[in-house]
Amino acid sequence: MTRHLLSAADLDAAGAYEILNSAEQMDAIQHRQVKKLPALRGRTVVNLFFEDSTRTRSSFEIAGKWLSADVVNVSAKGSSVSKGESLRDTALTVAALGVDALVIRHPSSGAAHRVTEWVDCPVINAGDGTHEHPTQALLDAFTLRRRLGELAGRHIVIVGDLTHSRVARSNVLLLGLLGAQVTLVAPPTLMPAGVHTWNCSTSWDLDATLAGKVAGDVDAVMMLRVQRERMGTGSSGGGRAAVGYFPTEREYAIGYGLSPARLDLLPEHAPVLHPGPMNRGLEISSIAADSPRSLVLDQVRAGVAVRMAVLYHLMAGADEGSGRTGTTGEPHPAAVHA
Amino acid sequence: MPAQPISDTSVPLSPTFTPPADPRPAAAGAKTVLQADDIARVLDRIAHQILEKTSGGDGVVLLGIPTRGEPLAHRLAERIATFAGVRVGLGSLDITLYRDDLRTQASRPLGRTVEPAGGVDGKLVILVDDVLFSGRTVRAALDALTDLGRPRAVQLAVLVDRGHRELPIRADYVGKNLPTSAEEQVRVRLAETDGVDEVSIHAGAAGTARAGGPA
Repeated sequence: MTRHLLSAADLDAAGAYEILNSAEQMDAIQHRQVKKLPALRGRTVVNLFFEDSTRTRSSFEIAGKWLSADVVNVSAKGSSVSKGESLRDTALTVAALGVDALVIRHPSSGAAHRVTEWVDCPVINAGDGTHEHPTQALLDAFTLRRRLGELAGRHIVIVGDLTHSRVARSNVLLLGLLGAQVTLVAPPTLMPAGVHTWNCSTSWDLDATLAGKVAGDVDAVMMLRVQRERMGTGSSGGGRAAVGYFPTEREYAIGYGLSPARLDLLPEHAPVLHPGPMNRGLEISSIAADSPRSLVLDQVRAGVAVRMAVLYHLMAGADEGSGRTGTTGEPHPAAVHA
Repeated sequence: MPAQPISDTSVPLSPTFTPPADPRPAAAGAKTVLQADDIARVLDRIAHQILEKTSGGDGVVLLGIPTRGEPLAHRLAERIATFAGVRVGLGSLDITLYRDDLRTQASRPLGRTVEPAGGVDGKLVILVDDVLFSGRTVRAALDALTDLGRPRAVQLAVLVDRGHRELPIRADYVGKNLPTSAEEQVRVRLAETDGVDEVSIHAGAAGTARAGGPA
């Protein structure tokens, strides 16, 4: 296991399976009367959020609390960041408070990585700009695995604003690691630069891809949000399109939205995912979003279990020095019966 | 979690979920203490003792502690059913997140916790493990059990008691008392997890002790 989780590429297959399997066990706590495990008692987790978030921040908070950690939320609004404090000073300040793990979301790609150079504790990337969002990829894989079984050989289609999506990049890396085949679908303007180097195929034709005519039968489709806030329009209402990326929202919805007709193109077993928040009527129709095939709420729920597993694996054994999985050092007498 | 039999593998199994194979080679100086037929006799006896001590197994729930307590609990439940026609409750209780050495040991894979049908409230819970050593696993199991519910009473059944307790804990049912030195290692292998039934003692050289096994 890595010391930090900055990218899905930090994981190898064994590490990814370990987190997913642990998350299966963590998820069982949802059925308990007492939703509390003592694993991180006396440890402090800080959620440092420089961008808005509902589900990521609250699920990290719940995950930490269910593992008995003390969780502190620091957001840019209402903190010294709004007074002009730099990322480095904010990170050092928070670390100086005596933090055992730092969860960070930041609008700049690479921010979480920079922070690891300044602080000693494990750092978890909860989304950095348009780069990566590894815990989202883990919870997507968890949700898919519950529905489809093992993902090796499965074909997952990811559709939407790929240029601005950190979710897509993390998912391509993780799904590839788990042996799944990925096809990315977007209009040419929203296809990331350098996508030919990614471990996936690409298409501009959503209908043909969903019908299995481009890269084979589809086992799941993941719709991504059109991130107007990263398109530099300054205006998100009134049906105005994001400048330069597509002509109108209506045209985008017609070409790349998951309409009821497109839902019918999918094989019966194939579920629909969306990392949220959804733009209903734009990238996904309400009929698709609310259909029994939609796993949107399963994804939210999986977020807690997966983040519990990540916090556990990164924070257990921190006093050991390396913080890595394995059998280093003198075994505790209780660890050996032996 | 809805009630399910312990053999249910509704949790998706991955290539890494299989119990860790014991990596230690059969070193010279290993001494076999119990063979398959010995283990079978020992389990027969414990099953009878449980029936005797609990007045016919009424309200009994067996909770196996992963990894090797799980198959032992399963075998005891089968024997109790054969001997007395009683289906006792059966589940498993993972204690990984309740250990007292989480800060100092690297993270371990989690085992399964399967709540028995009917829960544990008001039941006579018998914890089942392979080896009783320091007692720290049992302490953790008592904590974990508290989070599941409030049993009427808790008892402990182990295949082997090798001594060297570090906590005031004792077993109610013991398969075999095994005097050991603290340096020696006791290895339990079971058909379900290791392909063979055997308990053996190994001379322990410092540093070869296996971390990650049940305590």
